[in-house]
Amino acid sequence: MDLIAELEAEQIAELGKTIPDFKAGDTVRVGYKVTEGTRTRVQNYEGVCISRKNGDGIAGSFTVRKISFGEGVERVFPLYSTNIEQITVIRRGKVRRAKLYYLRSRRGKSARIAEQTNYRPKTNGKTPAQGSAT
Amino acid sequence: MLRSGVIARKVGMTRIFQEDGRQVPVTVLQLDTLQVVAQRTLERDGYAAVQLGAGTAKAKRTTQAMRGHFAAAKVAPKRKIAEFRVAPENLIEVGEEITANHYFEGQFVDVCGTSIGKGFAGGMKRHNFRGLEATHGVSIAHRSHGSTGQCQDPGRVFKGKKMAGHMGAARVTTQNLQVVKTDADRDLIMVKGAVPGHKGGWVTIKDAVKKPTPENVIYPAALKSAAKEAERLAQEAAEQAAAEEAAEAERLAAEQAAQQEAALKEAEAEIESDKSEGGGDAGSEGGEEK
Repeated sequence: MDLIAELEAEQIAELGKTIPDFKAGDTVRVGYKVTEGTRTRVQNYEGVCISRKNGDGIAGSFTVRKISFGEGVERVFPLYSTNIEQITVIRRGKVRRAKLYYLRSRRGKSARIAEQTNYRPKTNGKTPAQGSAT
Repeated sequence: MLRSGVIARKVGMTRIFQEDGRQVPVTVLQLDTLQVVAQRTLERDGYAAVQLGAGTAKAKRTTQAMRGHFAAAKVAPKRKIAEFRVAPENLIEVGEEITANHYFEGQFVDVCGTSIGKGFAGGMKRHNFRGLEATHGVSIAHRSHGSTGQCQDPGRVFKGKKMAGHMGAARVTTQNLQVVKTDADRDLIMVKGAVPGHKGGWVTIKDAVKKPTPENVIYPAALKSAAKEAERLAQEAAEQAAAEEAAEAERLAAEQAAQQEAALKEAEAEIESDKSEGGGDAGSEGGEEK
């Protein structure tokens, strides 16, 4: 293992976060810490994950899209951000793309994603890279 | 007071998440057996400096002259050598090894290295020229520079005119980079932001020239010998404390034992007296029973 990978693994261990197994197409709820003046509270942001970038490493990030008051909103979260309280998977989607950018140009019925009914959690400790054929 | 810098190797970049949610991009720099190879003194050379060497080179591939130089300093052959001007009082002994604790978190440093070579680059890339128009009759010259001068009057192109040419692979200094973290065990220094050069390239780190010198920097340098000495002293102190504690415990134990013995003796004496007292009682009791 090279030094950078070592440092990143160390930092991931130090942060001690449990990232659920999710991919593009899944509906997720992200609890994000918001600071208002001196008070901090957790704000939930729920929507469809339309992209995962840079793998499971420290540099990983994911984009969540939702329709808020008739307007499409997208937020990008770093996977290991200390501001993220938790990530919960609400629904597993069945999609054939790694990036669902086509949802941006769709509205309503055509922007739906079918539910994946045969989801099986990864049994071995090491999760394979996103999008790899299983 | 000018003190020595260090030679480091660029390992690569990563990011660090901080408690308040900020993520800081950092460049990881590693010190590799950084030792003082020679000194330049006012008396002999007219200026004060230390010559540092870093990395390890094969003795076979080191020139005879350099082998002699390293042998004189009693250090292993070094891959990279650099000289740092220092104040005469901050000269470091030859052979001393510098550690990553030379810098502390939050300090500003200047990092100097050889930038990544770009080869022969055009005006747009090299000097941020805007190029020519996409249309309006421009043909196959969209990325060229425009006019390079005036008319017949100077009749020549002025010296220093920005034009296409070789770019990169030059000595570049990035100033005022903040040290985010240091790791003395692995001899790592992490600075915020980018540093010139490739991964694996050699850079030199110095205290920032455009910031006031921080008060808590270590003079003349953070040396391994000093760290070892401090460790040894700490260990000795700990040992002494442990020994004292042990002696104290022994003394206490002895005291306790003595006390116990005394108590035992007392108790025995009491029992004896009880026996002598109780003997008659028992006899009388026995007599009653009979």
